[in-house]
Amino acid sequence: MVARLQIPKEARRGALIELRIVIQHPMETGYRHDEIGRVIARNVITSLVCKFDGAEVFRAELSPGIAANPYLQFYTVAEASGEFEFAWIDDQGKQGSERQSIVVR
Amino acid sequence: MKRRHFLAGAAGALMAPALPRQARAQYNSIEPLVRAITGGAPLRQGRVTLELPQLADNGNSVPMRVSVASPMTAADYVKSIHLLSERNPVPRMATFHLGPRAGRAEIRSRVRLAGSQRVTAVAELSDGSFWSASAQVVVTLSACMDES
Repeated sequence: MVARLQIPKEARRGALIELRIVIQHPMETGYRHDEIGRVIARNVITSLVCKFDGAEVFRAELSPGIAANPYLQFYTVAEASGEFEFAWIDDQGKQGSERQSIVVR
Repeated sequence: MKRRHFLAGAAGALMAPALPRQARAQYNSIEPLVRAITGGAPLRQGRVTLELPQLADNGNSVPMRVSVASPMTAADYVKSIHLLSERNPVPRMATFHLGPRAGRAEIRSRVRLAGSQRVTAVAELSDGSFWSASAQVVVTLSACMDES
């Protein structure tokens, strides 16, 4: 699964920073049918966690109610230099992750 | 395969998707879901802002912004935000868990809407109170309805 993070590379201590992630995923609802009428099995990203140096910053439980190629934007306070790690899992059990470090001055 | 069997099967395949479509075109009360989230605690209006377009051309991808007025300190912060739909086949669209580290209780995403409806956001605060806001959206082309 391909994902793209948009996180500032550096920030001032105590600054509010914006974290954005978009994951390439069909978020298949399970309510669609293929050309011969068979139900296309549901496959959505059910859980996404964002951690900073191992501590949870943000967690989302998602459903078919989230658009394909899910996009999430949220915030955190830059307290120290470290690494953001995003991890997610879909209905098929496929896992994905992405990480990026930040320098705080 | 006999021709009449093939025709019967083909007709069945064409009819089948029509049934759940009708079944889904109804509004469900989000009341039981809200009660499951709050555990019976009072749900107050305010503090939460839910932004959705009034008119969405395509229900498959509707920009959504939810925010909660909160200082986001260790003593007073937003624990979670639930996004509820009265018309989607899965009424609990998303749950976001935050903490004092978030700094600002605001989330943006893109949602799917199976038809025009009222979407509700319920926020749980660290003091145990629940706050809510709703947004009415008219959807021209619904999501989840495009089976053929």
